[in-house]
Amino acid sequence: MSGDTCFHCGEPIADARFTTVIAGEPRPMCCAGCAAVARTIADCGLSAYYESRSALARRESDPSPGDLDVYDMPEVQEPFVRRLPHGILQATLLIEGVSCGACVWLIENGLKRLEGVREASVNLAARRASVEWEEGRVRLSAIMKTIGGLGYRASGFDAVTSRSAAARERRGLLWRLFVAGLGMMQVMMYAVPVYMSDGEMSAGAGQLMRWAALVLTTPVVLFSAGPIFCSAWRGVRQLRAGMDLPVALGIAAAYAASAWATLGGRGEVYFDSITMFVFLLLGARYLERSGMARAEELRLRLAHGAPAFAERIIAGKVPAVTERVPAIRLVPGDRVQVSPGALIPADGTVEEGSSPVDESLLTGESRPVRKRAGDFVAGGSVNLASPLTVVVTRAGGDGTLACISRLMDRALGERPRIALVADRVARWFVLALLVVAAATGLAWLSIDSSRALAIVVAMLVVSCPCALSLATPAAVAAATGSLYRLGLLVTRARAIEVLSRATHVVVDKTGTLTVGRLSLAGIFPLGVLGRESCVVIAAALERGSEHPIARPILARAAGLPAIEASGLRNFPGRGVEGVIGGRRVRIGSPSFAAGIARKDLPAELLFADAGAIAVVLADESGYLAILTLGDVLRPGARALIRKLTDQGKTICMLSGDRQQTVDRIAGDLGIDRRVAEAGPQRKLAFVRELQSRGAVVAMIGDGINDAPVLAQSQVSIAMGGGTDLAHASADMVLLGDDIEALPAAFDIARRTMRIIRQNLAWAAAYNAVAIPAAALGWITPLVAGIGMAASSLIVVGNALRLAGTGKAGPERDSGADRTVLAGQQG
Amino acid sequence: MDILFLLIPLSVVLVFGAGAIFWWALGAGQFEDLEGPAYRILMDEDGGENTPRS
Repeated sequence: MSGDTCFHCGEPIADARFTTVIAGEPRPMCCAGCAAVARTIADCGLSAYYESRSALARRESDPSPGDLDVYDMPEVQEPFVRRLPHGILQATLLIEGVSCGACVWLIENGLKRLEGVREASVNLAARRASVEWEEGRVRLSAIMKTIGGLGYRASGFDAVTSRSAAARERRGLLWRLFVAGLGMMQVMMYAVPVYMSDGEMSAGAGQLMRWAALVLTTPVVLFSAGPIFCSAWRGVRQLRAGMDLPVALGIAAAYAASAWATLGGRGEVYFDSITMFVFLLLGARYLERSGMARAEELRLRLAHGAPAFAERIIAGKVPAVTERVPAIRLVPGDRVQVSPGALIPADGTVEEGSSPVDESLLTGESRPVRKRAGDFVAGGSVNLASPLTVVVTRAGGDGTLACISRLMDRALGERPRIALVADRVARWFVLALLVVAAATGLAWLSIDSSRALAIVVAMLVVSCPCALSLATPAAVAAATGSLYRLGLLVTRARAIEVLSRATHVVVDKTGTLTVGRLSLAGIFPLGVLGRESCVVIAAALERGSEHPIARPILARAAGLPAIEASGLRNFPGRGVEGVIGGRRVRIGSPSFAAGIARKDLPAELLFADAGAIAVVLADESGYLAILTLGDVLRPGARALIRKLTDQGKTICMLSGDRQQTVDRIAGDLGIDRRVAEAGPQRKLAFVRELQSRGAVVAMIGDGINDAPVLAQSQVSIAMGGGTDLAHASADMVLLGDDIEALPAAFDIARRTMRIIRQNLAWAAAYNAVAIPAAALGWITPLVAGIGMAASSLIVVGNALRLAGTGKAGPERDSGADRTVLAGQQG
Repeated sequence: MDILFLLIPLSVVLVFGAGAIFWWALGAGQFEDLEGPAYRILMDEDGGENTPRS
């Protein structure tokens, strides 16, 4: 088993050509990226990292170290670099890819080996690093390159975000929690002797205890419970009974009575109950807040996807001269030059140039999209082939990346229908409770007035409407976070609820089940050369070509030893000719290749099937190979259909493609219901018909021409390919192209609804038992406090169970699903 | 039992002292990273990294 997965990142190995020697042993690697990083780690003498790590590394993509030089510029450094005395500079960096404690050690030691670096420390929980270095002896770009060489991506951490409101709020809550906890423990210490002595304590000592308890309880009530009183007061002013109102009334009543008793020297005191209750209540809220904080952190990371700098064209100079500016300083109307391989710094329109662009950060689809003059390009996408001149249309905060953040905000801000209902119920509940408590208090005043106060306080405190208002958002937030880790961005909160009820799954074909672009499906050697040699030759000819078939060929040849072709000549519409090793070689249409091979190709070797392209490679000695390209199924398509069927969903496939092709793919995947040659109207009618028969339809499409159908379905998932996310009409967006994550999403949705229902059931049962018990005088305020807080903790803890699920890792099928439309086996 | 009249007020003072210490710790960022330091002690075998960190 260990031979089949990469030693560095754990991904399955497609072809075993990379190995790196680590600590004397050759270890298999999955790709050039991982091999390079592993080599760097071994060369630095840091191979102990592999022995102590507890989590696998992230798969390495090609690093682009050229960009990092800009970090030496003062303007770029300004937000996150501080000047310390004695010529020391200190930078706070955000590090991506840190997965466990061994990564911390790796980065810290790797940096300390640089001459001039004085201090390096990594905060694992926040993914932040602090580096101190002597100005002049080493440069920040060198530090960042070192981090990149070790396999992590570093960027400057904006000082503003580090002091974000969320962090401040969390600190405040923690401080209040501590005050309450300290108060609770000490007040208990005073209360226990009073209980134990059972009335035999001297009056003086008893009074002493009470006063000490009063002194310690006062900060707890005023400070720690302060926000509770504020929120209850706000609710009263708006004439709405919030869930904090009974709690606030209970605390206030108990405290007032206890203070009165202390001053007067006689009567019951409840300081221990009050402090314990406040502590437990704050504890439950703190747990809930930490669950929400993870979603917040994901949002901050999204915001950091933007590039740091841009090449702005200085107006008026001919030929064009550019200046390097931080990307955040761009304004609409600026013109920027984007070189091949660079990130597009902001949303804009292409003014000049034509190049394929990789929009995977925004859409998840790494299929390059060709952009020409007049096309929109999004900030954060990668320019792939030729230089582009772009006119900026939206500055940083308005760009597409910012829109993704906002969509996430919208999802977190909205509540599923069940939560809104629960809120309303909670409000009525509180009103009813206040009325009943008052009535019970009056009743007890006539029966046994000494107990009346204790009973009313117990009733107010023991009730727990918080399960209705508190735990549902926690469950939704936890589920949203888990779904994001699977690659699904939830843009409407109601999606989770509907997803759990889906009965039918309607899937688009092109772009969803299939990759949507040409891939090299098969190589058939016809001569003496093997597959790899043929691909290398083909790549040599196609290098620099912008024809659609070039990309898959070059991709397949990546990593193989490249050879040079000279004298390249392009014959438009027919092929490319070049000279390799002294011989003329041609790649292109069969007739074009025949021109050099000087004999005909047997016709039966060519498959004339819809969607497949056959390209022939030949040289002067004869035919070398046939390469077939087509739109292949996504790896995981078969597993997706199988898993969804296992979950009991009915799968239907809709496509605009020809009947023959659709039948073949549907049959291959095991989908019975299919519609071919369907335009948008037909697709819409199909979904409507299903819905009229009571189906709950989940639609998975790629958003370009499926918008009406996505809107019509009860819940829709967009592949994100080509869609302008700012106007996303889908409820969820699959950011990565890993469709195999979808069955897990259905599962999470179902579990979320189940947990919400469990919480509601618990809240109902608990209140039904506890409030009557308190009214009858069976529950003291102390027990009431414990019960209420325990109930809150149970509910929040149950909701947080959802936060644990994440990407399963290398459980996917490796390339086994690569079946071409043409039906042959590659 | 007169000693109680000293000890109880003293305990109140101590509690405020503990609160002040925690206030400092919170402000100094002691609670920011709760996972990292656990691994740190495992990794310092060779090289002897003994520079104090906050």
